[in-house]
Amino acid sequence: MLLLIQYTIIFTAILSLVALGGCFSEHSGVINLGLEGTMVIGAMGGALLMRMLPDGTPVFLIVILVILISIVVGMLYSCLLAVSAIHCKADQTIIGTAMNLLGVAVATVIVKAINLSINPDDPSSIVQYVAEKQAFLVNIGDFEFNWFSLIALVALIGSYVVLYKTRFGLRLCACGEHPQAADSVGINVYKMRWAGVLISGMLGGLGGIAYIIAGASEWKFENGVAGFGFLALAVMIFGEWKPHKILMAALVFGFFRALGNVYSGIDFLSNLNIPSAFYTMLPYIISLVILVFTSKKSRAPKAEGIPYDKGVR
Amino acid sequence: MKKNILKNNGFQTLLASLVCIVLGILIGFLVLLMIEPSGAFDAIMSIVKNFLNYSRANLQIKNLGKTLVKTAPLLMCSLSILFSYKVGLFNIGAAGQYVVGACASLYAAIAWQWGWLPCLLLACVASGAVGALVGAMKAYFNVNEVISGIMLNWIALYVTNMILGNVKAASNPYTRVLAEANKSAILPTMGLDRVFGLQYVSIAIPLAILFAVLVWVVMNKTKFGYELRATGLNKNAAKYCGMAENRNIILSLAISGALAGLGAAFLYLTDIEQWKCTVSAVPQMGFNGIAAAFLGGLSPIGTIFASFFIQHITEGGTQVDMTMYCSQISDLISAIIIYLCGFTAFLKLAMNKAIAKFESKNAKERSTK
Repeated sequence: MLLLIQYTIIFTAILSLVALGGCFSEHSGVINLGLEGTMVIGAMGGALLMRMLPDGTPVFLIVILVILISIVVGMLYSCLLAVSAIHCKADQTIIGTAMNLLGVAVATVIVKAINLSINPDDPSSIVQYVAEKQAFLVNIGDFEFNWFSLIALVALIGSYVVLYKTRFGLRLCACGEHPQAADSVGINVYKMRWAGVLISGMLGGLGGIAYIIAGASEWKFENGVAGFGFLALAVMIFGEWKPHKILMAALVFGFFRALGNVYSGIDFLSNLNIPSAFYTMLPYIISLVILVFTSKKSRAPKAEGIPYDKGVR
Repeated sequence: MKKNILKNNGFQTLLASLVCIVLGILIGFLVLLMIEPSGAFDAIMSIVKNFLNYSRANLQIKNLGKTLVKTAPLLMCSLSILFSYKVGLFNIGAAGQYVVGACASLYAAIAWQWGWLPCLLLACVASGAVGALVGAMKAYFNVNEVISGIMLNWIALYVTNMILGNVKAASNPYTRVLAEANKSAILPTMGLDRVFGLQYVSIAIPLAILFAVLVWVVMNKTKFGYELRATGLNKNAAKYCGMAENRNIILSLAISGALAGLGAAFLYLTDIEQWKCTVSAVPQMGFNGIAAAFLGGLSPIGTIFASFFIQHITEGGTQVDMTMYCSQISDLISAIIIYLCGFTAFLKLAMNKAIAKFESKNAKERSTK
């Protein structure tokens, strides 16, 4: 039971981080379907750094450096979306899809190349970080507390304050609702959208490294992050693009995702003899059902996905 | 006055696609250079040459056949993407519908010992139903088709692994070889196998091309196709004209799904590959279909060539020197090509602007003379 709570908390944290990423981008008016790819790239940056750090690195330094590199890599990767969607009026769905495919391909190619150069007999795309992973965990009795839970909480509160209580946040939302109106009162729509996409890349990269650390002590990059970025988008829709509701939505999804990890340890569930594939599928099925009930009254930013054209009335 | 060929929409699309290909390969080459400069040129050449890497003529034609066998499903997947995209829907769920097609056709072939034609039809119906589900959720509940598509991709993958696990070989994680399990389910070859010297070359290839033509006819020459395109161009205008918007959305996604499912049957019923029941990622085929559809300029006929090209470099990718590089370098090139295809409209706009500027300048010079 403790394990279930532990996993629910960490998955909720990751889902909130990535969903907040999507939230910032969409509030600025850009749909970021490439979050999944951003997660993979961020995870790759962090994982490779963890492997390269010398053994005696202080715990505190590991945490800071890994988080920093994931943020930077995620932001850099999201520039691909920003340039095309903000300046070239590209179709954001295509670009997002391309970024997801590219993320997995780039991570696989880079990790395989590094693995091959270290050991010519190792053509795998696996990175191990058994020892470094411990830096992110604090044991309280049997309970493993993960620093990312705290980071997610800070991000949630921070996002709420930024989006609703600061000039920047309100301006950002204006650009997603009616960019022409925003422009007419002197807000630079392009800058705001850049800000939205970059924040989204930052949170996406952070979510990526958090995801692979929560799951295991090694990661096979050929598999990407198994649709987690899209689950986060479902969380964002269910959470009506609002930080406090995103937390609630993430809790629901996080619980079902955690159930898949730990159901075999719960007597009642393992006695039901349901195949394990069912539990793996559960988050996806739940998200479909929830989307059916919540999408009708969509509270999406009105101008999301539409390239900003100064000349349009 | 002679019409400027650069102004022709079809020509511009072709040009834009070629630019995407060249840039994609160039970036792929740069990545190879960064990994290991010494073998980069050979590697990019083996990707681009694919079956031409072999020196003997019969081996070349055999490997061309192998590429073609896998082009057929890719073409079907890209037709699937294209069909829904014309209605303004992005069916990324094609990858999952492809998986469902594989599941239905292989299970019917091995467990129920069906012949190839009923197997094809079952794949069609099963994947079409999944497509229709995405469509219904979009039409009646406003669920974003990209997100529901992705969710269904993963659900389809796990269900398929579970179902096909019942018909797998005893000694390995793959489904049973059709040549042993049920010969009648293998697609007929009509002599094509002898032409290429490869028993897997079947009627799937001409059939896929036939479907491309069929899609073109439906899209451009029928009332149904007209309605679909109208819905895609302006949903509200189409609705105002009395076109059944919801019906069209569901129908187009159902057809789109059926096309993807057929694609899977076209691959697995040739027996060239078996389904691996422990696979943990959705097959790349459906996603490569996106690349092929956009690279083909969203025209069914252009898609035939684009599919061949994408499969060509994917197969070529398996022939790079594995001690230095990995085959995923072709996935990387395909992904870059999709990314660049996002710029096509922008590129065309820039082209038209440049032409207009050039012409007005010419006209000015002429008037001053």
